[in-house]
Amino acid sequence: MTQPSTDVLFKTLADPTRRALFERLCREGDQTVGALTARAGVSQPAVSKHLGVLKRAGLVSDRHQGRQTHYSARLDALAPLADWTSEMTGFWESRFDDLEDLLKRMDQ
Amino acid sequence: MTDTSSELRTVVVEREIPHTPEKIWRALTQPHLLEEWLMKNDFRPEKGHRFNFTREPTPEVNVVVDCEVLEVEQNRTLAYSWEAFGLESVVTFTLTPTATGTHLRVTQHGFRPDQEQAYRGSRASWTQFLAALDELLSRTD
Repeated sequence: MTQPSTDVLFKTLADPTRRALFERLCREGDQTVGALTARAGVSQPAVSKHLGVLKRAGLVSDRHQGRQTHYSARLDALAPLADWTSEMTGFWESRFDDLEDLLKRMDQ
Repeated sequence: MTDTSSELRTVVVEREIPHTPEKIWRALTQPHLLEEWLMKNDFRPEKGHRFNFTREPTPEVNVVVDCEVLEVEQNRTLAYSWEAFGLESVVTFTLTPTATGTHLRVTQHGFRPDQEQAYRGSRASWTQFLAALDELLSRTD
């Protein structure tokens, strides 16, 4: 299976409404568009649009059952983010920037 | 299937800093200074001391890193365990004096035991994961 790039995942999850939808699917399992809309605070077409973006990024999959479409989270799509080494390298680079700022202030 | 996701990995970040090792050591070991560049903490430079780094990026999110001091060699080496987000690791700072200041090196050696386990975990781990993602996004902007 080809993995979406980290960039696509970040952009997709950068939207708070979209991220909230994805997080709910992760926590609570499969849900219909209707059930998601009831607590999303946005209209059903907006929810459907967000789900479409999540699906294109490979973060959710859909399953039709009768008239309902059920959505579920695909945790394997997050594999690129699980490479903690790049995450932590960025973290320490950024912390060292703050450390240098602090050291300058300690001179004064 | 053999578990390839638990392989050990190491992060290395190095920097030349125009300050003495003694001064950098203070920033690495005094809690109020450590908080200014890393996180809020109850650190003490004593081998075996258990402590936490904490931060609250938003009111409902509380990030906690569990640590234990493993090695203290004043002005030279500091190591502690670092456990957070399902990541078990050891962070080691090494300070080497140079003609112009200090060569500071941090290594983080560890592994994430199992991705599925980490991601399927509790609501808390998800909240922490998303907080980490938020932080990452704010840096890449």
